[in-house]
This record gives sequence, C-alpha cells and structure tokens, in this order.
Amino acid sequence: MTGDPNSTQDNLQDIRLGHADRGFVGKIIRLDALVTGSSLSPQELEQRLVEMGFVEGARVEILHEGTIRRDPIAVRVDNITIALRRSEAMAVIVE
Amino acid sequence: MTTASLRLALVGAPNTGKTSLFNSLTGSRQKVANYPGVTVERKSGGFVTPEGRSVTVLDLPGTYSLRGRSPDEEITRDIVLGRFDGEAVPDLVLCVADATNLRLTLRLVLELKRVGRPMMLVLNMIDIARRRGVTIDLERMSQEIGLPIVTSVAVRKGGVDELLKRTDEFLARSHEAAASQWTTPTIADLKAAQREADRIIAAVVTLPTKPDTLTNRIDSVVLHPVGGLVILAVILFVMFQAVFTWAQPAMELLSDGFSALGQLIHDVMPEGWGLLQSFLQNGLISGVGSVIVFLPQIIIIFLFILLLEDFGYMARAAFLMDRIMGGAGLHGRAFIPLLSSFACAIPGIMATRVIDNRRDRLTTILIAPLMTCSARIPVYTLIISAFVPATTVWGFVNLQGLVMFGLYAAGITSALTVSAVAKFFLWRDHAPAPFMLELPDYKMPRLKSIAIGVFTRAKMFLYRAGTTILSMMVLIWFLASFPTAPAGAEGPAINYSFAAMIGHALEPLLRPIGFNWQIAVALIPGMAAREVAVAALGTVYSIEGGKEAADQIGQVLAQKWTLATALSLLVWYIFAPQCASTLAVIRRETGGAKWMVVTFIYMLALAYAASFLTFNLAQALGLH
Repeated sequence: MTGDPNSTQDNLQDIRLGHADRGFVGKIIRLDALVTGSSLSPQELEQRLVEMGFVEGARVEILHEGTIRRDPIAVRVDNITIALRRSEAMAVIVE
Repeated sequence: MTTASLRLALVGAPNTGKTSLFNSLTGSRQKVANYPGVTVERKSGGFVTPEGRSVTVLDLPGTYSLRGRSPDEEITRDIVLGRFDGEAVPDLVLCVADATNLRLTLRLVLELKRVGRPMMLVLNMIDIARRRGVTIDLERMSQEIGLPIVTSVAVRKGGVDELLKRTDEFLARSHEAAASQWTTPTIADLKAAQREADRIIAAVVTLPTKPDTLTNRIDSVVLHPVGGLVILAVILFVMFQAVFTWAQPAMELLSDGFSALGQLIHDVMPEGWGLLQSFLQNGLISGVGSVIVFLPQIIIIFLFILLLEDFGYMARAAFLMDRIMGGAGLHGRAFIPLLSSFACAIPGIMATRVIDNRRDRLTTILIAPLMTCSARIPVYTLIISAFVPATTVWGFVNLQGLVMFGLYAAGITSALTVSAVAKFFLWRDHAPAPFMLELPDYKMPRLKSIAIGVFTRAKMFLYRAGTTILSMMVLIWFLASFPTAPAGAEGPAINYSFAAMIGHALEPLLRPIGFNWQIAVALIPGMAAREVAVAALGTVYSIEGGKEAADQIGQVLAQKWTLATALSLLVWYIFAPQCASTLAVIRRETGGAKWMVVTFIYMLALAYAASFLTFNLAQALGLH
C-alpha cells in the first residue's frame, strides 16, 4: 500500500488493485474509473479494462512488478496475463 | 463464383496466432502495402482451395473490439462493416481465436456476429490447448454461438487442411449476409457480452487440473525487476553486436562487389563514352549497390525481432522498458527500433512496425534518425582526429573519445527531447494510449513463419524503399556530374557541376554557421550517405585517393578550417537530415511525403540552430 490520496475506500476490505502488492490474490468487485491517475477519460478507461477481461467476479493476482516505483504490474485475470500501469489499475476495486 | 475470387478476412484479438495462420494459408504469396493515407499495414495474400477455388485473404489489424480506438482498429471495423472506401466487403469473415485463451476473443465473436457477415470461428493453437489438457466441446460451442467452428494448428504442416476443406464446403453453399445490427457497444454491452462469453466457456470448456507453469517460471526470471533488465540488456547487446559485426562482412562484400562491377563496366567500355560510363558506374550501379547494401542489416534485425515477437518476449520487453521510456513520452516497444537505429536508421524505422499505436510509431520514426548511426562515424572520426588533440583529461579520459561520447550523448538527449516536445505539441489533442497489453504465454517460434516474415520485409524494402533510394541516388549523381567541366578546365570536375552551383548559392546561408563553399558542395553528394561527404571533401579539395586518403584530408582540413568551423560541422552532423535513403524510407513507411517533410525540416532547423550556436560560441571563446 502506498499513501495515495486517491484511495477512497468505501469498504474496509475493498482495495484498489493499483495499491496492491506483488503476490496479492483477490476478486474484482467492481470498476470505478472516476478517480484515477490515468490520462484516459473514466468511460474510456472502464471500456478498455472490460475489453481486457477486468469484469466483476474475475480472479486477479499480481504476478510481477516493474523496476521503477514497482510500476507497471503484470496481473493474472482469470487465465490471461495483462500488463498495465498502476494508475490505470486504480479503477479496479478488489477484495 | 467460379471466376471471381472469394474474399476472406481474418479478424482476431492480438496474440491469437492470426499472422501465423495467414502465413500458413498464403505462404510467400503475400503483398504488404499501406491503406491509403494512413500508417497502417495492409497485408493481403492468396491461395487456392483443394477444389480449385481461388481465394484472397486480408489479414486485418488485431483488435479486442470493433470500437475502433486507434486508426488500425478503425480499419478492421470499417472493412468488416463494408464501409471502407476502396475495399470490398469480405465474403467470409474468419474470426481467429487462441484455443488456450478464449475469454477475450469469444466476446469479440459475439460482437462480430451482430455485423451479420457470413462467419466462421477458427480455434487456433488447438494442439497446445490439448497438450495442456484443455478440452472443448466443439459441437456444443458451435450451437451456443451459432457459428461453424474449425480447429487449426497454423504453425504445423497440414494444420490448416480442415480450414481449407470447410472453406470449400462453405463456398459450395450460397450465403446471404444478414443486415448489420452492430452499434458501438456501451460499457454495459461489453460487460453483458463478456458475461455471456464466460457463461459459454464455463459450459463447453474444461480447464486442465494443472495450469501452464512454464510461462510463469520463465516470467519469474525474465520479468524480475533487476534480473529482467539484465537479461534484456544481454539480448539487446547480442542483437546490436549481430547487426554491427555479422552484417559488416556481408555489407563490405556487397559494397566491394558493386564497386568492382562498376570498375569492370568502366574498363570494358570504349573511350569517349565518358558520360554513359560515369552514369552506369557512379549513378546506376552505385545506386543499386547503396540499396542492396542495407539488406544484411535489415534481415538480421527482422530475424531477431520476429523471433522475439513469436516467442512472446516483445511484450515483456515493453513491460520492462515502459517506465524508463515513458518519461520521454515513448512507448516501451520503441526501444528496439531506436536501438537498431544506432546501426542504421533505415532498419530501425522499418522495425517501428512492432508499435501498434500510430502516434507512438510516428514519434519513434521522427526521432530514429537522431540516433548516431554508423554512417556518421567516418565523418566524426575524420574531424575529431584532425582537430581534437589526443590528450588526456582528468587523468584518464582521452579527449577524442570524450568528444565522440559527447556526440552520441547529444544525439540521444536531443531524440528524447524531440519526443517529449512532439508529444506536447503534435499529439496534445489526442488521449495518449495507456500501457495495457496482454502478456501471451511463451511459444516456440516456428522457423517457417519467421522465414516468411523476414522474406516479406526484405522484398518490401527492395521494391518499395529501393526504388525511391535508387532514384535519389541517380539525381545526386546528376547534380554532381552536370554540367561537365569545360575542356582545359582547372580543378576537379565537380566544381563546375550543379552541385557546385547549389553549394555556392547556399554559401551565404551557411556562412553564419561557419561553412565555406567547399563544405556546402560536399554536403550535396553527402546526401547519398553521410560518409560520402568525406570522399566528397577530398574531391573538392583536389585530394587524390578518395576515402583511403582520410589522413591526408584531415591534414588539409586542419590547415583550411578554423576549429570553430570544424566543431560546427560536427554538430551539424548530429542533427542534419543528411541521408536521402532515410528520408525515402520514412516516406514509404508513413505512406506519404508529409512525415518525410516534417522530419527534414525539423532536423534541418535543429542542425542550423545548433551549428549557429556552436560556431558563434566557439568564435567568442577564440577557438580558431
């Protein structure tokens, strides 16, 4: 967990995937693209995430992290691996 | 349907083996061009079915949906929907899916179905899926999605037989395309489609008890925050070495071969045919030679790139380099093309094809010529050895080496700066492409598919870039040879040519940056290739022996130029668009003259400004 001011957590168990560490295993609860560090519009970001398989109920696991500031991350989403930046992963709420 | 050939279009998500399938259907009967007005590659090919029907195949850019987020994806969408000008709507759409990874493609299939074109689903890489213990109830799946399904192993001989047979069966029946019900999907549509796809997968696919651990094991080494970078550096080092050292003997052999051929023609031609002799030897043959000489580098670079891409490593390299390149507004995938540009910008620019996003690709093409290519080395060495004393500074650093390092560093720094500036000014209105890509499972590369890929690139370079390079070479020869020197004239013949006239005309413009008319004249044949300027300077200063007499040229230059002029010329060579071949390739790769002109102008402006600063600063410091 990094002390990012964007972490608006409405449930104690829910965290944003962008904050999770390597080795994290969880399930996607919902997407919330409104407050992220991404340069994409919330709608566009959400569409792209859905197109890459980030949908409610999918099992996610953070497999790898990049060298600089542990970014980007490689995430196992069900049975595919997606590389993305933490700023975009902020839109994925997991438990 | 007997004479007109059937039009087939391949659609699929990235990494589904679509290109391997295309290669195995068409073999080497491929044509690679650009769609009109855009930087997107149009790959088409043909084959004949077992029953003798002729089929043309279009390999459409990979996409996860028909939303059209980039120019590539818009092309896929518009062709499938039949609204792309100049492209006929496909008779049959083949949707290619990776049988080991159906989730994303199946959602695309459901979306494609709404378009209403006759369609078949190809489950590619079925062998890998079976080996891993994935079982798919094909009959049930076909019922669920309402489409015929064919399995294929694109990379194996005979792996597409069933597909060919089913295409024939398909053609034997008549097919009506239904009216398109496709509308741009909303987030809710996408989610609903993904849920439907997941439901079908749950119903028909049995996953193995043991997942693929090999990819995980390789990745834990290859994507290690430190170890991964070391491995990447080693791979790049080998590649860079290969381009420099393996290609060098072949390039020298080719270049010697062409000059020997030119000499042979020169010798067998009768006296008095001077002009034709010169055209054949210095215009045509050296022109053709200057095209072919790039082939070894292009073949080696594409061999590496296609191997790494097929293996699945390219996406990993992009993952590792994303933050490092991202700071300058570059995509992780721009790394390899830019590195290749240290050898030569031409294969580097061609290698930008690995970058999917058009804007990222154009930025990379724009800055690739700023990387210090090997053709600059002769010019740098000549001037450095003539003007920079070989003294040691700070106790252990050779001053000449330091200047050379400075020239390389200046190239890299300016490239990164230009990229950041381009991102800010050119692409400000566009949403930047986020870094979000699939890391596919590792696969053994298949040599046949790689060979076809390398062959297609080499052919494309010869046909498309080659013709432009050749005509530029002939033009440069013409400028340097006409009008011919009058009888009894003194000094070298080039002093009477158009090149000299242009040089003299340019001299007032170049005086503020410290260039005399001799330099201006030498820069014109130097457009053929940077290192030609060295020989041209020799010619202009009437030094016999051409390139071999580099030492002698250096001594003459040291007497004739001030240090300020020499430094200014060095700086000029960092930036100036002094390579007609590079410009020709940019034109071909971007599908129009626009980006060639942009590159030429911005590099010229940079070169002039930097040389002006250098010259005046050096003079102010009293460096004569």
